[in-house]
Amino acid sequence: MITALAIEDLCIDRGDRRLIEGFSLVLGAGEAATLSGRNGAGKTSLLRTIAGLIRPSAGRVVFTSASGPLEPDDAIARHAHLIGHQDGLKLSRRAGEEARFQAAWCGGTRGTADAACARLGLSGLLAMPVRRLSAGQRRRLALARLIAAPRSLWLLDEPLTPLDRDQRAAFGAVLTEHLAGGGLVLAAAHDPLPVEAREIELA
Amino acid sequence: MIPALANPDRFMAFSRWAAPLLGALAALLLAAGLVLDFTAPPDARQGYAVHIMFIHVPAAWMSLFVYACLGGASFFSLVFRHALARAAARAAAPLGAGVTAAALITGSLWGKPTWGAWWVWGDPRLTSVLVLFLLYTAYMALDAAIEDEARAAPATAILALVGLINLPIVHYSVVWWRSLHQGPSVLRAGGPSLPPVYLTPLLIMGLAYLTGFGALWLVRIRGEVWRRRAAVMAMRAAA
Amino acid sequence: MSGFSLILRREFALAFAGGGGPLVAIGFFLAMTSLLPLALGGSPERLAGVAPGFAWLVLALAALISLERMFERDYEDGSLDLIALGPAPLEMAAFAKALAQWATTTAPLALVAPFVVAALGGKTALWPIITAAGLTGGLAFAFLGGIGAALSLGSRRGGILIAVIVLPLFTPPVIFGAGAIEAFGAGLDWKTPLLFLAAYALAAAALSPFAMAAAARNALS
Repeated sequence: MITALAIEDLCIDRGDRRLIEGFSLVLGAGEAATLSGRNGAGKTSLLRTIAGLIRPSAGRVVFTSASGPLEPDDAIARHAHLIGHQDGLKLSRRAGEEARFQAAWCGGTRGTADAACARLGLSGLLAMPVRRLSAGQRRRLALARLIAAPRSLWLLDEPLTPLDRDQRAAFGAVLTEHLAGGGLVLAAAHDPLPVEAREIELA
Repeated sequence: MIPALANPDRFMAFSRWAAPLLGALAALLLAAGLVLDFTAPPDARQGYAVHIMFIHVPAAWMSLFVYACLGGASFFSLVFRHALARAAARAAAPLGAGVTAAALITGSLWGKPTWGAWWVWGDPRLTSVLVLFLLYTAYMALDAAIEDEARAAPATAILALVGLINLPIVHYSVVWWRSLHQGPSVLRAGGPSLPPVYLTPLLIMGLAYLTGFGALWLVRIRGEVWRRRAAVMAMRAAA
Repeated sequence: MSGFSLILRREFALAFAGGGGPLVAIGFFLAMTSLLPLALGGSPERLAGVAPGFAWLVLALAALISLERMFERDYEDGSLDLIALGPAPLEMAAFAKALAQWATTTAPLALVAPFVVAALGGKTALWPIITAAGLTGGLAFAFLGGIGAALSLGSRRGGILIAVIVLPLFTPPVIFGAGAIEAFGAGLDWKTPLLFLAAYALAAAALSPFAMAAAARNALS
């Protein structure tokens, strides 16, 4: 369980360009924050750096639990979800199979995967190949693992872009539940999240 | 010495005098080697073709040596994420490919008058050197194919190290294959007892190639360092 | 279900869903086989003599087919992020992927190879050694190929680049496999080269996942 995320003076270089300089943030349990800024400002790179995919040139990311600081790789592998702005779905596979794989990979089960899909209104689509789903349906399918395999920290990159207003509201309920249970949410989004969140502008 | 040189500025200062010095030394050694080469008597078996040996054998030595340098630089580049090590690896690759190609071509030119064939398949050293050439080209191809320098560095380093590990295995596999075919032992087994009149010019040529490589390598690394500095300055100017 | 079997099952399902699994590689194998007599001229003795070596070489080349998809698909649609960040190590996922590559591409080729040799007029008695060498060598080709596939992630040249990277590394297994087949046919010691081939394949299987994972992480960064 991650109870706090602390980012200290993070600097990220992409190519020869310094993308992020001296970024700091503290996020506690039950808190949500939104990263905003123009395209190319570094929102995606920041999320990927927190997730450990990109090495920062300076600064560090600290994950804390109730019993003290966590080993970063372990924290990400077991206590965080990264949902990138790609869905990570194979077009040739059936929706249900993909949801079950993603859930199982993150520690969920077939049952929780199916339940998560039901919660997001996808039950009728599980037998269809992913390529026949709309963008909004694929997005919800990718988000299903958040519910199917519960973890404390959610790193979300443009989670709601293809979703319509009702679907956003429904996902808002999911976010609210997660935060109420002590979870943390850090999202990169152009539009505001359907929950109360601190807004952080990336220059 | 290597940790001391790891600092780019100190490397640049060092190479500023070291490169021309090595170059001058190489030129002297080459001149001496060639003189000794052409004044050496023709070999009983090979005739005048033995002169090509003085060009070919050191080239073959260097092809392997340069790959070892490439591997070493790649190791430091990968493990320590050292930009200068990466520059050194990148600079060495074309030099290695060039000297390997020279070894192959001169080997072929030597082979025709000596054994009657332009090429002998199944000779361990020829095949190993050919595979070595392919490893160099693979390195350069991968380097060219990845545009992002930050990603190209670890990827090419991994490839160089994988190649380095494979090289002795390749050599051994061909040695084994030749034992199966009892092929013509056309090249004298390693470490022939060369008469001193041949050995001395060979060693001098070897040193000439070594110092020449040293000079060219330092010059190329300097070029890499300047290139990267220019790219960073251009980035900053555009920002 | 363990992470390893999750990935393995998925790789199998994807190999067969995307158009017949090993059929593409087998198709390539058979197409090359039908070209050889045309290229060599019709002399049956020459064809029969060349058949085992040719079949072995084309097996190595056919192993390169569909290597591109080993990591590229996951890289492009974002699944590689998920796999890299999961609780199971990326090295293990790489191992599972290469093993699946072996099972769905190179192993079937090894089983087809004896028929190809027979079709070209080669000695049918060679089939045990061809199958053994094909299965063992195929393991090496799949794992070495995985290194190439992971290294060329995100670059422009894809398939041909993988071939350029990987073919020099194929030299030892090609030599040992061809040597084993030839020794078997000539009544010489075939166990030594086969053992070397097996040793090389096992070493490749044990070590290449580290290179694959390092290369994949590099591509994701």
